[in-house]
Amino acid sequence: MPDLSINFAGIKSPNPFWLASAPPTNSGYQVMKAFDAGWGGAVWKTLGVPVVNVSSRYGGVNYRDKRLVGFNNIELISDRPLSDNLREIEEVKKRFPHHAVIASLMVQSRQEWHDIVRDVQNAGSDGIELNFGCPHGMCERGMGSAVGQEPEVLQTIVEWVMEVAKIPVIVKLTPNISDITEPAMAARRGGADAISLINTIQSIVGVDLDLFAPYPIVDGKGSNGGYCGPAVKPIALNMVKNCAQHPEVQLPISGIGGIENWRDAVEHILLGASSVQVCTAAMHFGFGIIREMTSGLEQYMTDKGFHTIYDMVGKALPNVKHWEDLNLKYKVTAHINEDKCIGCQLCYTACEDGAHQAIQLQEGTRVPEIIDENCVGCNLCSLVCPVEQCITMERRDDGTEHLTWKERTTAGTIPTEFNDERAGGRHHWVPEPAAALGKEQHKTLPGKARQYARADAAALQATAASSE
Amino acid sequence: MAEYKTPTSEPEFHANFAQIKPRMNKSEALFESSRCLFCFDAPCIKACPSGIDIPQFIRQINTGNTTGAARTIYEANYFGNACGKVCPTEVLCEGACVYNLQDVKPIEIGRLQSFATREAIEQNKPLFGPGPANGRKVAIIGAGPAGISAACELRSLGYEVDVFEAKSQPSGLTVYGVAPYKITNEEVLAEMTYLENQFGFRVQYNQPIASRRELEALEESYDAIFLGIGLGATNPLLLPGEERNNCVGAVEFIEQLRVQHHRTAVGRKVIVLGGGNTAMDAASESARMGAEDVILAYRRGKEEMGAYEFEYDLAKGVGVKGLFNVAPVEIVGNGKVEGVRFIRTATLHGQVQVVPGSEFVEPCDMVIKATGQAKQTQLLSLIPGLQVDNKGRIVADERTGQTTNPKYFTSGDARNGGAEVVNAAAEAKATARGIHAFLSGGF
Ligand SMILES: Cc1cc2nc3c(=O)[nH]c(=O)nc-3n(C[C@H](O)[C@H](O)[C@H](O)COP(=O)(O)OP(=O)(O)OC[C@H]3O[C@@H](n4cnc5c(N)ncnc54)[C@H](O)[C@@H]3O)c2cc1C
Ligand SMILES: Cc1cc2nc3c(=O)[nH]c(=O)nc-3n(C[C@H](O)[C@H](O)[C@H](O)COP(=O)(O)O)c2cc1C
Ligand code: SF4
Ligand code: SF4
Ligand code: SF4
Repeated sequence: MPDLSINFAGIKSPNPFWLASAPPTNSGYQVMKAFDAGWGGAVWKTLGVPVVNVSSRYGGVNYRDKRLVGFNNIELISDRPLSDNLREIEEVKKRFPHHAVIASLMVQSRQEWHDIVRDVQNAGSDGIELNFGCPHGMCERGMGSAVGQEPEVLQTIVEWVMEVAKIPVIVKLTPNISDITEPAMAARRGGADAISLINTIQSIVGVDLDLFAPYPIVDGKGSNGGYCGPAVKPIALNMVKNCAQHPEVQLPISGIGGIENWRDAVEHILLGASSVQVCTAAMHFGFGIIREMTSGLEQYMTDKGFHTIYDMVGKALPNVKHWEDLNLKYKVTAHINEDKCIGCQLCYTACEDGAHQAIQLQEGTRVPEIIDENCVGCNLCSLVCPVEQCITMERRDDGTEHLTWKERTTAGTIPTEFNDERAGGRHHWVPEPAAALGKEQHKTLPGKARQYARADAAALQATAASSE
Repeated sequence: MAEYKTPTSEPEFHANFAQIKPRMNKSEALFESSRCLFCFDAPCIKACPSGIDIPQFIRQINTGNTTGAARTIYEANYFGNACGKVCPTEVLCEGACVYNLQDVKPIEIGRLQSFATREAIEQNKPLFGPGPANGRKVAIIGAGPAGISAACELRSLGYEVDVFEAKSQPSGLTVYGVAPYKITNEEVLAEMTYLENQFGFRVQYNQPIASRRELEALEESYDAIFLGIGLGATNPLLLPGEERNNCVGAVEFIEQLRVQHHRTAVGRKVIVLGGGNTAMDAASESARMGAEDVILAYRRGKEEMGAYEFEYDLAKGVGVKGLFNVAPVEIVGNGKVEGVRFIRTATLHGQVQVVPGSEFVEPCDMVIKATGQAKQTQLLSLIPGLQVDNKGRIVADERTGQTTNPKYFTSGDARNGGAEVVNAAAEAKATARGIHAFLSGGF
């Protein structure tokens, strides 16, 4: 049995799955219920100055039949009295001494920071997370992402906190910044024990077509909100990687953003996170998803022979390179497995219109054919093909050569003209632009549309003829 | 068997004839439409006789543009709602869906199609209208799928259109022939009303055109005449005893069922003669009407039946039993049907041969003859110069639908010898264009 427990910057937790600071951690009731279900830790819904929330406050991005692939909110920090929250933190810690309870905080002045840090320490929190990320509502008042976007201010506040903190301090970063490593380094300089990322991304998830207002709508008006959920995972992963790879950050990372199942969590971990936090998935499906997450993680670790979480932390990092370090000599081209092909021709139309015209249709069959000379190995066809393993990218180079852009720069062989063999060199075959005209018309068009298309094509040809 | 109790009321009838392609709700339509791959040059379109741009309308449903989806459908096929429910989609659009090749359930194209069009019909969405009047008039004989489709298309081209229909309701066999578990009368007629509202053609019901005099009157007052008369009554078997009570033609039986519902009388033990789709329908319907035993008797082996496999499965599913390699020789009984005398057959080199001395009587109290529909040769003989082929089908130009009498055009069962609603709808639309080309001076 692999050991799922972690010691994150001194915060102990039976497994790496924490609930992120958000509605699921709004009360002692919820946190206890979550721990009971199997979550390893919880970052309490951010405590701070009194606020008032609006309704409604959530917006969703649905994709085809899938609900909430993206989610946003214009909610503020906890709107419950500090004293109630402190009492509940105490109670949770009494009942769950081995689970991680982390207090998320956001206040303004040095004095306020000192007071609230002491309060949550007294209540028994295992750690503190500084919310420098909230991208709406709080930043206008000089808190949240307003701090996260100003590394120097961020550093100062971390220093204030460290003056009184006796428990580990995590700095939660905002992604609403061009280089995430700058606030991360500032957090380190300020003495923080760890960082967590990402908080939500400033967003508008949609606009109501009848009311002409962005979602979520509050009495006919709306505001930009914070984006999260499955759709933000790619952004979060990149930022986690950036922090993990940076030599001057060197802090434990709690990965947040789009984690919904064990795979998402492992991805965060392979890129350098050693704990993971979940918000949207718990809001969408409830605390029960933790069972799939822990069992999936356990199975994966068993299969791979990992004994502890730390065996896998950052395992993918050595393979994340700069573009200039990639091998220019490596070459793949697409290959269609004819037995698997179902003839949807999505690969054809994608390559034809969206890539390099390297797939052609064949008479008498719906199975398209790759034109090897034209295939640049871009991968688009295999991404659109709906059948598993039907289009594979086959290696074409012999594996003996290795040359990167950087090596070419050093060797002084950077090309000075456009004559790349992979793009076909000079005068490479590209269909004549004129051959594009009328090409869509061989498609099966319905009744009227077909007649119109024919008329248009005839008119086109007539004009072409008369202009010749 | 007797899985179905004989229905004695309208609700019981509807329960026994529950729709096999029930209406989708919004979520179902959303989920189902999200699966469509949006194939290039999609095979489903090619498999649809009316060439509906299927991936397009499916995507429109998926993006919440149900009205646009209905427009896409009607642009190609005026029987959009009916076709979604009555088309043999298993062998047409859905049969061609590429998912079949992955052993994944194909997209439920038919139900999606009805989902979109039904909404347009219920909300009486104005999608089309008549074109600017061009001062010409066309008469249409028969308000079936062919006649009504031609009427819609001609109206959109600006023609004045009068439809003459022998029966009291429009849509032809869609309401008088198709099995009630495929579509309800209300649904068929709602689409007819919708089309009539949109296009504003005139229909005169209970107006059979039967005499040379009536035809002459039409020839004088109209610029062209469209024949959408379909087929005729069930072919006689020419067997002794055929005139006995309770020996009925399938088309007639089904028509009665569609009109009278639970008030239609069905025997306790029914023998259906034939192996086509109509035979499957008649057998399924008898079983759903509460017949205790239903036997499908066919001259050849099971594999050789003309019916679609899924239609046979549907019949088997309600307890219909097959009796193969038998030929009826006499309907026995005393005034009323009491049984069918069969002789066993064998198929040798594709020919059906009787096995001498193998006669037997299968008792029953009702016989349904599903042995094909006759052609309307009587009426057609009254049209000068009109040619029919050796199977009784009207000869017409493939592209324009013009017959050998230039004033007459035709589509549907009368021309193709009997196919599906979708064929009649698609052909008639093309023929309307043919009429337009003819009347506006040249093909
Ligand atoms: C039992 C049965 C079940 C079927 N099931 C299906 C099915 O499930 N799915 C499917 O797609 N297809 C089915 N079909 C076939 C389909 O109904 C026909 O292909 C289609 O209706 C043909 O359309 P039509 O307009 O050519 O002819 P019809 O539908 O036959 O319409 C002809 C119309 O013309 C009228 N008419 C005829 N002569 C005259 C006259 N002299 N004067 C005035 N009016 C006249 C008739 O009353 C009728 O209304 C079935 C057919 C039968 C017989
Ligand atoms: C409704 C809502 C409220 C949130 N409130 C807070 C908050 O008070 N403090 C905080 O640090 N992050 C807050 N977040 C951000 C989440 O903690 C998390 O960083 C983000 O949702 C990304 O994770 P996810 O993709 O798993 O949802 C909130 C998120 C949501 C959806
Ligand atoms: S996308 Fe895949 S399944 Fe579709 S035609 Fe291309 S190879 Fe075949
Ligand atoms: S009309 Fe019939 S065959 Fe054509 S797409 Fe619709 S259901 Fe399929
Ligand atoms: S064949 Fe199937 S998946 Fe492809 S476009 Fe048609 S319905 Fe969609």
